[in-house]
Amino acid sequence: MAQRVVVDPVTRIEGHLRVDCEVDGGKVTNAWASGQMWRGIELILQGKDPRDAWVFAQRICGVCTTVHAITSVRAVENALKLEVPLNAQYIRNMIQGAHNVHDHIVHFYHLSALDFVDIVSALKADPAATAKLAQSISGWPKNSTQEFTTAQKKLQAFINSGQLGIFGSGYWGHPAMKLTPEANLMAASHYLQALDYQRRMNKVVAILGSKTPHIQNMAVGGVTNPINMDSQSTLTLEKLMYIKQLIDEVGDFITQVYIPDVAAIGAFYADWTQYGRGVVNYLSIPDMPLDTKGTTFALPAGYIDGGDLAKFTPIKDFHDPYFEKGVKESVKHSWYQGGKGPLHPYDGETIPNFTDWQDDGKYSWIKSPTFYDKRAQVGPLANVLGMYASGHQRTQFWVNAVLDAVSGHLGSKVGVDALHSTIGRHAARAVRCVVLHEELQNQWKLLMENIAKGDTKTFNKPVFPKGEIRGFGFHEAPRGMLSHWVVIENGKIKNYQAVVPTTWNAGPRDEDGNISAYEAALIDNPVAVADQPLEIIRTLHSFDPCLACAVHLTDTETKSHYQVKVV
Amino acid sequence: MSTPMSILVLGLGNILLMDEGVGVRAMEAFDAAWSVPDHVSVVDGGTCGMDMLDLIASHKHLIAVDAVKTGAPPASLTVLRGDEVPAYFKGKLSPHQLGLSDLLASLRLQDEAPESVTVVGCVPMALGTGLMMSPEIEAVIPRMVTMIVEELARLGVTATPRI
Repeated sequence: MAQRVVVDPVTRIEGHLRVDCEVDGGKVTNAWASGQMWRGIELILQGKDPRDAWVFAQRICGVCTTVHAITSVRAVENALKLEVPLNAQYIRNMIQGAHNVHDHIVHFYHLSALDFVDIVSALKADPAATAKLAQSISGWPKNSTQEFTTAQKKLQAFINSGQLGIFGSGYWGHPAMKLTPEANLMAASHYLQALDYQRRMNKVVAILGSKTPHIQNMAVGGVTNPINMDSQSTLTLEKLMYIKQLIDEVGDFITQVYIPDVAAIGAFYADWTQYGRGVVNYLSIPDMPLDTKGTTFALPAGYIDGGDLAKFTPIKDFHDPYFEKGVKESVKHSWYQGGKGPLHPYDGETIPNFTDWQDDGKYSWIKSPTFYDKRAQVGPLANVLGMYASGHQRTQFWVNAVLDAVSGHLGSKVGVDALHSTIGRHAARAVRCVVLHEELQNQWKLLMENIAKGDTKTFNKPVFPKGEIRGFGFHEAPRGMLSHWVVIENGKIKNYQAVVPTTWNAGPRDEDGNISAYEAALIDNPVAVADQPLEIIRTLHSFDPCLACAVHLTDTETKSHYQVKVV
Repeated sequence: MSTPMSILVLGLGNILLMDEGVGVRAMEAFDAAWSVPDHVSVVDGGTCGMDMLDLIASHKHLIAVDAVKTGAPPASLTVLRGDEVPAYFKGKLSPHQLGLSDLLASLRLQDEAPESVTVVGCVPMALGTGLMMSPEIEAVIPRMVTMIVEELARLGVTATPRI
């Protein structure tokens, strides 16, 4: 007899990601992902000046602001065929690199590690034994008995205070928790250290973007950072050296803490390479442009069909028609008026048509995008496999390094195939983090060298023609490939669509009834305790879900976190 | 770096969702009408979570201006202080809805939480898509501005009207 498990977070306003699973014999047999992605940006932007679109677009989301700002100016530049000065490309590349590195560290430690790490168990660990374990996998200087003792005391004090806060909704003692107390303490202690390192990365965004939250320096045609080595109010040598210092400090944390932790946790939870495979058509795009036209990139990528790295089609550049023509969105199972079949984003419509939840009909606010009529998975795993298939050497190096570390822990060979899984997505995110960090250092060098040549240009003025033009911009954001599509008429926005990463992954069934990456990844997941579906949450978190993140209120009324209903 | 009495007036909310942006709008109205000494920062925090850690950590006192859900009718105003500011994370499934409570919990873990936290809040009426606020909410912005001025006075800071 199948049970229906409904996981519905009660957020500050109302549910935004709801997942329904049919569970039979301790396994997920069917799944529906439903989201309330905020799709109103097009309504707000209609009639506005395209040069201002990025200002509004970066307020869509509470986490990935910079990514919408960058993608928006790229879309307008693409429509205008406007070149962007080299300095502006490098500065944007550094902002996105720093933002992504920050985001990946936060995701692993602060948003998903507690699915695998039991904080309460960490309180029972022996700090000396923890130090021995940690030193056996990494030379990180803070892996000392003293450091682990301090962290344990801090956690104990925090838990004793009764204000569980961030640890309030963990599944402590759940049968699916497998780490030893020492491994739990090691990870929990690194959780605390990660808070500090992610902030250093965010400082880089703040200095380059003139402000965070919400950067201020974007512009259609470049960036607004004047470069003048002698003036305090601009990007000075002193500021650039400080940025370099921040970047370097975080590098050691990634290679000596994040990567070894992912490999260790991956080995402890090796059975999670068997779950969460889902959709294995992977879509990612090249990023970090190295020229003014956006034709050459530091990080290549493309489309992989059916999980086979040999079936790889590169996406070449910012103007590649292969990408532009491949994207469509269906609303057959979404709460919008449809009936026209899947539409290209330039022709996209967003007319709400709410029905109740219908398993076989409409059940989500998210549309269902397809790439040449196929469902695709986007995100760090898609991006890492795309870079790997493109022959990007540093990606291949780090993929092999992580897999070798896991193989070493397990005493048996783990190959690239293991990446198509719940735990594989975490490993890929760590690989992407270190690859981006290396490229961030490289972009800093390129910027310094270019300024040294006497080039201080950061902006090309846009000129809008009469009549209609259209363009698209993309960016490989922390949660995957993000694209904005814009139609401009006589210098004003006529249509605007943002096709965001989570739309690709968390959409409902498509025009032909095919299920999305979230839904597919949940099939066959184990569920040990129906009303504590930790395993379902593990797989969902591996995608780094980001929905309706734009809404937040301080709630004094309820203290509920999320509801789990077993019907 | 932080001065002995540094204070942060932080407007929070999403200006794209009508009344959700009331905190940002009230902070902007305060900033337009009142000038403050150098050790007081007035910042539009918008919709960002983790990005604000550094900003909050570098101030001794935090006055957050935000939309709040208290159960009271729309346009009701409230001031929450100390333990009244709920310090718990909500919804492990909604990791990207890092709100103020979550940020403060993270800062406490790092022994960097502000000495005092005040929330100047307003119960929203409409959270649809749009840059405009409901007229009823728009109408209480001046009172929220006064509440910010009073809260600063409580902390010993005199704001001066801009001419």
